[in-house]
Amino acid sequence: MIAAGTLSVAFGGTRVLDAVSVEVGRGDWIAVIGPNGAGKSTLLRAAAGLVPYAGSLRLDGDEVARLPRRELARRVAFVAQAPLLPPAMLVHEYVLLGRTPHIGTFGYESARDLEAAQRALERLDLLPFADRPLATLSGGEAQRAVLARALAQEAPILLLDEPTTALDLGRQQQVLELVADLRQDGELTVVCAMHDLTLAAQYAERLVLLSRGRLVAGGRPSEIATEALISAHYGAQVRVVEQGGTVAVIPVRRR
Amino acid sequence: MGAHVPAQRCATATRPRVTAVSGTQAARVLRPRSTHGPIIGALVFAVCGALVGLLIGPVHIGVEAVARSAASHLPLLHIRSNLSATDSAILWQLRAPRVALGALVGGMLALAGGSYQGVFRNPLVDPYLLGVAAGAGLGATLAIAYGGVAVESYDLLPIAAFVGAGVGVALAYALGSAGGRGTPTTLVLAGVTVVVFLTAIQTFVQQQHTQSLQEVYSWILGRLDTAGWHDVALVAPYAGVSSTVLLAHRRLLDVLAVGDDEAATLGVDVRRVRLVVVVFATVGTAAAVAVSGLIGFVGIIVPHAIRLAIGTSYRIVLPLSLLVGGGFLVLADVLARTVVSPAELPIGVVTAFFGAPFFAVVLRTSRSFT
Repeated sequence: MIAAGTLSVAFGGTRVLDAVSVEVGRGDWIAVIGPNGAGKSTLLRAAAGLVPYAGSLRLDGDEVARLPRRELARRVAFVAQAPLLPPAMLVHEYVLLGRTPHIGTFGYESARDLEAAQRALERLDLLPFADRPLATLSGGEAQRAVLARALAQEAPILLLDEPTTALDLGRQQQVLELVADLRQDGELTVVCAMHDLTLAAQYAERLVLLSRGRLVAGGRPSEIATEALISAHYGAQVRVVEQGGTVAVIPVRRR
Repeated sequence: MGAHVPAQRCATATRPRVTAVSGTQAARVLRPRSTHGPIIGALVFAVCGALVGLLIGPVHIGVEAVARSAASHLPLLHIRSNLSATDSAILWQLRAPRVALGALVGGMLALAGGSYQGVFRNPLVDPYLLGVAAGAGLGATLAIAYGGVAVESYDLLPIAAFVGAGVGVALAYALGSAGGRGTPTTLVLAGVTVVVFLTAIQTFVQQQHTQSLQEVYSWILGRLDTAGWHDVALVAPYAGVSSTVLLAHRRLLDVLAVGDDEAATLGVDVRRVRLVVVVFATVGTAAAVAVSGLIGFVGIIVPHAIRLAIGTSYRIVLPLSLLVGGGFLVLADVLARTVVSPAELPIGVVTAFFGAPFFAVVLRTSRSFT
C-alpha cells in the first residue's frame, strides 16, 4: 500500500535519499534503520508530504505529492522526533488537534471528533491526564499524548520518527508495546525510524537498512541485523546473539 | 498556574494496556472548554469601559442623562432626552466618537497582536513586529514633512500612514520568505531588518525638516482625539473585515501551535494560514495606526494577560483580546485626558506606563512555562 520507486530527495544539491525503492504492505510494521544521516527521517517525512521528492511515492496507488494536504492527513499520521508540545495546552485539547483533517477549515469539532479523541485517550490510558497541561507530563506520558493525537487522526498509516530515542529502557518498551497493541486489529500500517537495533528486531516484522541515502538491505530482522551489515554501515563492532526467536545486538569494545 | 506536578506518578512498570474503561472514566465525556463565560465577562468589561468613557469628562453628565439620551436615539421608545444641546453635542460628537475609536483601535491592536503571536508562536511579539509601525511612521513623516500636512488635517496623513504600513510589512514578508520557507524566525529577522531600515529613513527625513519634529513626535506617541465620527468611519470597515477573518482562524492558530511540520501533517496549509493572518492583522493594524498613531503595548499586554488569567487557546485569546483590548484602551484614554486635565497625556504614555510593570509581572510568573 506504500510503494516508493526510485525515490530521491535532495536538499540544496545534496542527495539525502538516493533512488530508494521499497514497498510496505497493509498492516505491516517496518523499522527503518541506519546510521545518523542515512536518510531515515527524510524517508518518513517524504511519506508525510513534508519534503518535495523525485521519483514516485504512492499510497494505495495515489502519488503523495498530488494528494490534497487534508486527504493525505486522513491517510497518514506522523509523529515527529521531537514534537513541539505547547506547555499550557491541555492534554485533551492536544489530542483533539489530531481531528483537524476531519474538521472543515473554519469549522469546529463535531460529536464524532470528540468521541474519536476520547477513544484515543482511553486507549492510551490518558483519561486521568485529560485536563492537565502538557508541561506537567513526564517524558513517557508526553510520548503517549503524542501517540494519542496521532491515533485520534484515525489514519491507516502511522509514521514514527524515532519514537523511543528520548526515553529510558522501560518507557521504550512501553511505547513499542503500545504500538504493537494498536496494530492488534491488523489494519494499522506502521513505519518507524529506529536507532535501537535490538528493539527494532524485536518489534518490527521487517527491517529496512538505509546508508548514505541508499537502501542497502531489507528483510526479516534476522537477515538484516547481522554483524557484517552493522559493521559495514554503522562502523560499529557488534556481536549479534540469537535470543528467544529474535536477535540482540551487543556492542563489543575494540581492544 | 501551571505548577509542575511531579512526574513520578506514572512510575508503574506495567505498560498501559488497551483499557476496559472504569465506570467513572466512562462517565466523563470529552467537551472542549466553553468560551461563553469568559466572552460574556469580557463583553461586560468592554461595555463598562465605554460607559466610563462616556461619563467622565470636564463637563458633568450623569448616568441617567446619558441613558435617557441614548434611549432617545432608539426608534419606537419615544423617550425624550433632557440634555441641553451643548451637553448632547459633548456627549455624541466628542465623547462617543472618542470612545468608539478607542474601542476599535484597542480591540484591533490587541486582536492583531494575539494573531501575530499565534502565527509566530511567540507570545511576546506585537502587531508592529513586521514593520507596520516603522512603515506607518515613515509614511506619516513624509506626509507631514513634504505634504504640508498638519496633524489635525485628516486627509493625507492616515492614507500615507496606511500605505507606509502596508509597504513595510510587504517588504518584510518578501524578504523573510525569499529563498526560504517563510518560517517564523526568518520572518521576524526580516521584520527587524525592515524596521531598522525604514526607521533610518524616517529619522533622516525628520532631521531634514526640524520644523515638523513636534508634529511627527505627537503622532508617534499616539492620540485618540477625533473630530466627530470621521475617523471611526474610516477605521470601522477595515477593523470589521480584519477581525472577522482573524477570528475565523482561531482554531487553526491552535493547530499551528504544535509546529509547522505537525500542522502540515494535520492537513493545514501552514504558509497560507500564516500569510492570510499576517495580511489581515496588518490591514487592521495599519488602519488603526493611520488614525491614532503608534499606541504601544496594547497588542502585547492584552493577549498576554488573557493567556495568564484565562487560557492559552486562541479560541479564547482572540475574541477576548478584541473585547478587552477595546475596553482597556478606552479606560487608558480616560486616564490620558483626566490625569493632567485640562491638558492631555499622549495615550501611548499611559499604555507604556502600564505596559512596563506588566512585563515585570509576566517575567516573574511565566518562568515555569518558558
